[in-house]
Amino acid sequence: MPFLSLKFNLQKRVKLAQGLWMLYWLAVIVGIILFSLGIFFKVELRKRSEIMDNNESHLVPNLLILVGLLSCGLNAFGGKLCHDSLDPQKFSRMKPMLRPYMLLCCGFNALLLLLLLLCFLMQFAVYLTLAEGLKNAIRFYKDTDTPGRCFMKRTLDMTQIEFRCCGNNNFRDWFEVQWISSRYLDMSNDVVKDRVLSNVEGKYLMDSVPFSCCNPGSPRPCIQHHLTNNSAHYDYDHRTEELNIWSRGCRQAVFSYYSGIMNSIGTFILNSYFEVAGDVAGLKYLSTALETMADPENPECESEGWLLEKGFKETLADLLSKVKTFGRANQVEEGGASPDVAAT
Amino acid sequence: MAVLKVKFTKTRRDKLAQILWILNWISVVTGVILFSLGLFLKVELKKREDLMAEKDIQYVPNMLIAVGLIACAINFLGGKICYDCVDSSKFLRWKLIMLPYIVCTFFFTLCVLVGALMCYSMHWELEEALNLGLMQAMRFYKDTDMPGRCFLKHTVDTLQIQFQCCGNSGYKDWFHIQWISHRYLDMSKKEVVDRLRSNVEGKYLMDGVPFSCCNINSPRPCIQQQITNNSAHFNYEHQTEDQNLWMKGCRQALLEYYTHIMQSIGLTVLITWLFELSVLTGVRYLQTSLENVLRQGDPDSESDGWLLENSLMETARTNLSIIKSLGKSNQINTANNGDPNIDVPSTSKAHYGPDNVPPKEKMETS
Repeated sequence: MPFLSLKFNLQKRVKLAQGLWMLYWLAVIVGIILFSLGIFFKVELRKRSEIMDNNESHLVPNLLILVGLLSCGLNAFGGKLCHDSLDPQKFSRMKPMLRPYMLLCCGFNALLLLLLLLCFLMQFAVYLTLAEGLKNAIRFYKDTDTPGRCFMKRTLDMTQIEFRCCGNNNFRDWFEVQWISSRYLDMSNDVVKDRVLSNVEGKYLMDSVPFSCCNPGSPRPCIQHHLTNNSAHYDYDHRTEELNIWSRGCRQAVFSYYSGIMNSIGTFILNSYFEVAGDVAGLKYLSTALETMADPENPECESEGWLLEKGFKETLADLLSKVKTFGRANQVEEGGASPDVAAT
Repeated sequence: MAVLKVKFTKTRRDKLAQILWILNWISVVTGVILFSLGLFLKVELKKREDLMAEKDIQYVPNMLIAVGLIACAINFLGGKICYDCVDSSKFLRWKLIMLPYIVCTFFFTLCVLVGALMCYSMHWELEEALNLGLMQAMRFYKDTDMPGRCFLKHTVDTLQIQFQCCGNSGYKDWFHIQWISHRYLDMSKKEVVDRLRSNVEGKYLMDGVPFSCCNINSPRPCIQQQITNNSAHFNYEHQTEDQNLWMKGCRQALLEYYTHIMQSIGLTVLITWLFELSVLTGVRYLQTSLENVLRQGDPDSESDGWLLENSLMETARTNLSIIKSLGKSNQINTANNGDPNIDVPSTSKAHYGPDNVPPKEKMETS
């Protein structure tokens, strides 16, 4: 009893072939979109690799690019198959390629599922890389004279302005690092010397933040220095003031940006998974409908198409037994002569 | 003597009609492009209308939008006409409309050219508008508690950050205005009161700039306060320091940005104008060759196509006399005291009417 069988006459077969041909070319466009999404994501990761310590994982965008290219190739071939299927001569040439092609498509679908899973799981990796990278970025903010780190200040300032955030978790991260280089500190000044000496590691710490933390939406000019000292500024209470500098941490801000990108890509992959699955099912119907034609010479005859030749449970049992015999082929049969001896 | 006469066989006419049909549809697409360019410019100007004084510069994007829409309509009609011109029977439908259509399209292409030139001439008005607008915006920077002006601080700050500029012509513009509101000045402090009193208009002026003027490329943390005071900062000389703040003035930055947009749009409109002119020439040739075919009577024969039937001077003369006689039709003819019903004997050789029955007939009847 075939699984989910349908009857096809000539008109239905032709319509199925045409519809499938269009769907396959739509899937090629989907593959192109996947490819360009992969490139976009890779570029976005590279743009901010400095605040991720240059060791962010490019697994997801690389896989996306690969999957996009594969999808284009496979679906273009599928479209060609559909186009040729209605011509009996061409179809008989294509027949031996059908089964491996459909297995390849099923494998590709499994790859899509894996990519979908990765899209959601790799967000954790991005979060951890960001946390580590931002910590280092804040530490190296002042090293504008060290080769390899001289652009860290610029990158971090741009990130804080663009993503409207300050520091790693919040603005207090700036209080724990020396973000003004010693080159610009007047060591002959007593105030400066006291501050440096008061610290165990000899760092010049203060309760100030860089200008890029300033919120342009604040009604008063930005207060960057002596943030926790209410008396240093007129009519200022640092506990209630929330518009002066950005209150969000950059880790949170940048992560939500990347998380948004990865979630959208994941949703798109899910849609393309269903599309490719539909294409494979349609191709299976078409090929079985063409194979079971009672009279190959007469194109007008009716035929039957199905998804699986036997029922679902039977096919599963068949597969399992095949896998078992595959494993057993290497074992020696107990208590029986070898097949060679029996033959002779 | 026809201007630029070209011979057209039947196949050449058909090919011309088909090519013109495709070109007209391409022109519809360019009309859509013109429309969207006008819309884009309008949106860009509106985005920063807070920073521009009340000058009428919206006429340029409005003109572009109108030209784009009219181009779409005219070329859509032109495409339809060219599609029908392959069949000479269908051409009869359009015969009477074609000449007015060509004349209208010719004047329309002049409008397109004017539109392109306006793009380049907007520069000076824009500079004036930006100068006044930025001056006003900087003056009201501190008024974040006044309705209608409360967003100017945010606008100016984001402008300076985005366009990497400071002040109107330079950062020194901020030294001449009070950009800190009185609400945040501690009037009980002596320094504050002294500074207010030292100024004629009672403004709190200082050599400091807002944070948005800070240059992110600077190797040292931003120096915003006491900019001209070298001793206030370690290892600092304000005459040679050029990486601390943005050096460009916002008027120049915005002007460069808009000029760049206008030049690209102007170039696109010029290319569109040339394209439209060539399509118009093709349609004129098609019209004259089809009319000549109709005059000759045989739809498959060769015919001539031209731009103007007579030379340029003669055509201009005939058109002027037509316009003059249009004007004269309303004037009164003073020869017969203004009465058009008086019979004026004709002076021509040909005679018509009962007086002119030949003598033979008279003799027969008598």
